[in-house]
Amino acid sequence: MIVRGADRVLVMGITGKQGTFWSERMQAYGTKVVGGTHPDKAGTTHCDVPVFATARDAMKGAGFDVAVLFIPPLMVKEAAMDAIEAGARGLVVLTEHIPVHDVMYFVAAAKERGAFILGPNTAGAVTPGECFAGFMPAFNPRIFKKGSIGVISRSGSLGTLLCLNVVQAGYGESAFVGIGGDPVIGTTTREALAALDSFPGTEAIVMVGEIGGSMEEEAADYARTMAKPVVAFIAGGAAPKGRKMGHAGAIVMGDKGSYASKRSALEAAGVTVLDTPSEVGVALKARLGH
Amino acid sequence: MDFEEHAAKPLLAGKGIAVPRGGLAKTPDEAAEVAARIGGAVVVKAQVPTGKRGKAGGVKLAATPDEARTHATPIIGMEIAGHKVEKVLVEEQVPIARELYAAVLNDPSSKGPLVMFSTEGGMDIEEVAATAPGNLRRRPVDIRRGLSHADAATLVQGLALRAAEGRVTDALVKLYEAYAAFDAELLEINPLIVARDGRIVALDCKFVMDDSAIARQPVVSRAGTPEKLTGLEARAKAAGLKYIDLEGNVGVLANGAGLTMTTMDVVRHHGGRPANFLEIGGESYTQARPALELLLSKPGIKSLVINFCGAFARTDVMTQGVIEAIEALHPKLPIFFSVHGTGDEEAIKLLKDRLGVTPFATMDGASKAAVEAAA
Repeated sequence: MIVRGADRVLVMGITGKQGTFWSERMQAYGTKVVGGTHPDKAGTTHCDVPVFATARDAMKGAGFDVAVLFIPPLMVKEAAMDAIEAGARGLVVLTEHIPVHDVMYFVAAAKERGAFILGPNTAGAVTPGECFAGFMPAFNPRIFKKGSIGVISRSGSLGTLLCLNVVQAGYGESAFVGIGGDPVIGTTTREALAALDSFPGTEAIVMVGEIGGSMEEEAADYARTMAKPVVAFIAGGAAPKGRKMGHAGAIVMGDKGSYASKRSALEAAGVTVLDTPSEVGVALKARLGH
Repeated sequence: MDFEEHAAKPLLAGKGIAVPRGGLAKTPDEAAEVAARIGGAVVVKAQVPTGKRGKAGGVKLAATPDEARTHATPIIGMEIAGHKVEKVLVEEQVPIARELYAAVLNDPSSKGPLVMFSTEGGMDIEEVAATAPGNLRRRPVDIRRGLSHADAATLVQGLALRAAEGRVTDALVKLYEAYAAFDAELLEINPLIVARDGRIVALDCKFVMDDSAIARQPVVSRAGTPEKLTGLEARAKAAGLKYIDLEGNVGVLANGAGLTMTTMDVVRHHGGRPANFLEIGGESYTQARPALELLLSKPGIKSLVINFCGAFARTDVMTQGVIEAIEALHPKLPIFFSVHGTGDEEAIKLLKDRLGVTPFATMDGASKAAVEAAA
């Protein structure tokens, strides 16, 4: 699920306000945007690329590898199925508030076709110096700089903060993987951890988790087997039980998904768990020795 | 969105799963009337959107209508897990041969629906999972195909259900159909019973609808329990803002759920107590002005930390909104800023020019200053 400079990107919903704004930024950064979709605007040109009615048409007309979806919640299932059936290598699903049954539907279809899904409710992926897909501030040099730290985050804003702290500490990122804040997502923390573990040029991984669910506990099982150091921050230690904190995924029922459960699982697996995001530089220096 | 038992059971019945005959009562007299109409022994059950009602004394057996009135009297008005009981469900007692457990839920690990079945019905299922995991059967489902009769049969085979096995299998298939039809996050029957007369009956039902699907479930969602909100929370919701009241005195405004939770965490880490959760990430980043105006109306806030880290959310747009709110309301309390990410150069310039304020280099600095100012 790491998006590379050679990947040809299709922006679904390219003609909307956000689709346009972020397509221009992706292009300026070097992302190979080869086309867009809008059901009624096939044959036109937008952001200097051709617009197709569907991803299937775009695959025939331009060819693409990764689809980035700027699509309203109730229309995502159809758009995602279109991209998957067109043969996309992966999908970046930015939309929040997609019905979970729809998510499980296209995630199952993607799995069968071997396509990756980042999200829903992700801010996207960045490979500094190569490209980005989604709406991350990849172009801000105080936040993204080519380097050796892989970063995984469920939250765009918090992932951005951790990246800022990584760069402030003198490091850079090999890749940023935003997996999304929804309760069911296409790529789990554990899967992202495994991908970054084998991604060339990655020396250490910063994992940004959240209360709720059991993804951090499952990632801890993988971290135990890794040679590369892992540093984690888990958001939501001060959150009250039983309330949804914005992200639908971030909810603690009883002790399940609690901060304490995640922290102890990660620490038992040899992961350094931070009290605050700004400690990330010190923790990386301690673990890497440079 | 939670559904109380009386609102969830008709959904099961509509899919062909038997439920006890019963009726809703808002007063002890109504409870007696419902019991008389049913005839015979009944059960009186507090209706609140939470489990463990029996342990709290909210479920009582009654042999006669008079007894139903007597039991309903203390139950109506009692509080269970923070919910005031305003009504009871009065149902016929169904003689039980065997108690089972069945549920379907959205499972993040398998990324699809998960059907769970156990012969340890009537117990706290988390306890069963912890103490006797072998007694809890699980089956992930491909949502594109659904749960077939053959799939469901694998969950119930070899459990000595004998003559009831086929009917329990049917009930599981119907349960899955209800889960799929109503966009459930969780649909649980505990206990699902084999009655002495051989029928399969849902004695209880817990239904949570996926909040993101409420818009496409307009009819069914009307029967759901509205979220319990404070005055400010209700105002925020009406304005499309994600706001939660907390007990502390350090106000928090940030963009993105993760960053906002983290700001609360860092306030706590420095010994302070967050007063709220309020985030304006995603599409709501243009709502900084109404968000801050709302937060400033909360009594008891001593200081405020505003922490923006823009990805999608543009910090210049959010900062502009914050400045407008401050210029309109002239708040007296100290405000501490940390601003990074998309649009930060413009945002920092705006703060300097309009408010004469320089943001902190880190959110730690801003949060710590806010904690000290509130102490």
